[in-house]
Amino acid sequence: MNHQTATTITDNWEAVRAACLEVLPAHIIAFIENNRDMEHSEGQLIAALHMVQAHFGYLAQDTMHAVAQLAQIPLAKVTGVATFYHYFRLQPRGKHMISVCLGTACYVKGADKVAQRLMDELGIHFGETTRDGLFSLDSTRCLGTCGLAPVAMVDNQVYGPLTPTDVSVILAKYVKKEKGTAE
Amino acid sequence: MSSPVTDFFDSLRDRVHSAMAEHRKAGKITVQIGSATCEHAAGSLDVLDEFTKHIQSSGSDAIEIHKTGCTGRCSKEPIVGIFVPGQAPVKYERVNRELVHEIFTKHIQKGCPLPEHALDGSLDRQNLGAGQGAKSSVSQKFTEMYGDVSFFTAQNRIAMRNSGVLDPESLEEYIALDGFKALATVLGKNDPQWVINEVLKARLRGRGGGGFLTGKKWELATQNEEKTRYIICNGDEGDPGAFMDRGMLESDPFSVLEGMIIGGYAIGAGKGFWYIRAEYPLAIKRIQNAIDLCTKAGLLGKNIMGSGWDFEMEIRLGAGAFVCGEETALIRSIEGERGQPKVRPPFPTTRGLWGKPTCINNVETFANITAIVNHGGEWFASVGTEESGGTKVFALAGKVKHTGLVEVPLGTPLKDVVFGIGGGVQDDKALKAIQTGGPAGGFIPAAMDNLAVDFGPLSKVGSIMGSGGMIVLSEEDCIVDISKFYLSFTQEESCGKCTPCREGTTRMLEILERITSGAAVLEDLDKLERLGKLCQQTALCGLGRAAPNPVLSSLKHFRDEYVEHIQDKTCRAKKCVAMIHFEINAEACIGCTACVRNCPVNCIAGQRKEAHVIDQSRCVKCGQCFDFCRFNAVERK
Repeated sequence: MNHQTATTITDNWEAVRAACLEVLPAHIIAFIENNRDMEHSEGQLIAALHMVQAHFGYLAQDTMHAVAQLAQIPLAKVTGVATFYHYFRLQPRGKHMISVCLGTACYVKGADKVAQRLMDELGIHFGETTRDGLFSLDSTRCLGTCGLAPVAMVDNQVYGPLTPTDVSVILAKYVKKEKGTAE
Repeated sequence: MSSPVTDFFDSLRDRVHSAMAEHRKAGKITVQIGSATCEHAAGSLDVLDEFTKHIQSSGSDAIEIHKTGCTGRCSKEPIVGIFVPGQAPVKYERVNRELVHEIFTKHIQKGCPLPEHALDGSLDRQNLGAGQGAKSSVSQKFTEMYGDVSFFTAQNRIAMRNSGVLDPESLEEYIALDGFKALATVLGKNDPQWVINEVLKARLRGRGGGGFLTGKKWELATQNEEKTRYIICNGDEGDPGAFMDRGMLESDPFSVLEGMIIGGYAIGAGKGFWYIRAEYPLAIKRIQNAIDLCTKAGLLGKNIMGSGWDFEMEIRLGAGAFVCGEETALIRSIEGERGQPKVRPPFPTTRGLWGKPTCINNVETFANITAIVNHGGEWFASVGTEESGGTKVFALAGKVKHTGLVEVPLGTPLKDVVFGIGGGVQDDKALKAIQTGGPAGGFIPAAMDNLAVDFGPLSKVGSIMGSGGMIVLSEEDCIVDISKFYLSFTQEESCGKCTPCREGTTRMLEILERITSGAAVLEDLDKLERLGKLCQQTALCGLGRAAPNPVLSSLKHFRDEYVEHIQDKTCRAKKCVAMIHFEINAEACIGCTACVRNCPVNCIAGQRKEAHVIDQSRCVKCGQCFDFCRFNAVERK
């Protein structure tokens, strides 16, 4: 890893850094720059990507590029890491994130039917977002709330035990709330 | 004997004890509310809110709220405890806003408990007085609180002794329950080898799945010339259906942390890393809080307890890769790389994180360390079997009556866990199998339910202990379908580095799909077995080598079910869609039209009060009609 001072990383470092400043928020820039000259700083790459995803909801090409430039890690490696881990999303997500638990406890209690109903009602598959941008659907492996199986999580709220019928009720609640705020 | 360490600890403990005694003098009524991911999901935040409002509006300052972790009695959450000084504790199950009002007005204000809402009917069984049945002094406090609940009395809580007892965000409460006494002992002795010897005597085996002797692992790391060493807590709990680590990290973070500091001391590490799943935000928050509080109190960081020894900790987040539970992959992930495993040897104890000797231990392993130091390795060994000491926490789930976290001595018969503590199979169906070890484990048929839960016996029947997932399957579950479920999991999670795992799991999954869709031939079973064994013997890492376990063990114990799928094209559990169809029994049908209205492809005909008929040619076998019919008129055939 690079132990040079920031000004001498490249000839045009000022321009490179300025471009990154336009893409990333200040706290992520500070995190990367504070770590850059530390020992084993490349180990913080995943932490930096977590911060980017927490801020933007997903990892866009330009944000990954900015992380790569600032941390002085090849973009190929940043992309390699981002695509390896399921937690990182490369596409923008909807306003509400629905995660259906497909862990074993939920599966044996009928999570597949809950998932199917969600796909039918929303008209999307796992990993996709509805056209109105309201919902994204994903499957997850165990939320650790097996006592409520089968469960699904909308944003940070866990619902369970669910039947396919409950799905419509829950979705309607969010759609209604959305209409309420729009008016 | 006075030393800087004992002086430090004595003054810390005395401060805490006198503050606690002062607090007890106030004689307040305590409302204890569970606070963990599972409790929150069940609605404990609403309960907390409602109690807060009630206390405020009553204007009383003699009632206080106490937050605690999760007891492990998952299916009865939210759980609320009412502790009136001088009276036996009363616990309530499945509390909601309405019940809060009732508890508050009747129990707290008028002193009349509500037996009909007591946890597991505990108020009805006065013969089990609180404080009785403590398996050892380790869990004294737990037993005082929950000793009258049968779900807990059959357990032996060592790793989970404080879960559901103390506030997981309070260092003082942890210290009041003998917290950091073990670290003081260890630092006071100033002899890392003493710790290793105690852990060896305890016969503590790694609780993450491998089952390697913890003391041995630590000893190996110390035998290395290299003095920069690391210790890592593996909290990347990826087994779907297992949540022991989450439970312990959220409910008793200080115990795990103290165990890890002691481990760090034993191997001479200067730094420890926590590797925790990003999917566990509350666990991460509580560990960070524990690290901050301990650093501030001089229990972590420079010159710990005045001993002159430095040790620091850092949390690293996982990012949703199952394979990162494998130790070499986990190390790659902390290094900021793709989490792909490496060939062992060299083992991490020789060349681990950044090439330095590294010990990776599971959350539960660390949670046991303080008890071993405080009560002795021999005592710990006496709890378990000849082969392995202590207890094991299982995440009991699936088709079992009482879902939850269960801690039992190693060597306990499976049936004691499933039927004794778990209450048996849901809806009183017949038990088909017990699956242990998650996607890396195997199936144990119902006939073998007398098997002792221990590393050896489980692997003998083709399963593994694993991290502690225990899924109960009933006659309504199809063994082929569940095997397919597990294999689809490992296939998806295969990192792709080695061919046997990447290609082997894919081909095996294809065969299983053929079997469940009715397109397989009998030779496919031989192919499946051959591929499975090949993968077992040649894959690079533990994930790949264990991936065929569910398939191979189900082929061993349930071959006839596979054969039925292939030859007779039938699925006895009526799960495999290609082999069943739905019919409406005209005699049982009352013509309510529930199925007609809910059929997504409108293939059910029939008027109100007339028997309905399914058009088989258009039916997509979604099973909606079966689920919606309240008269059991829709039959799966």
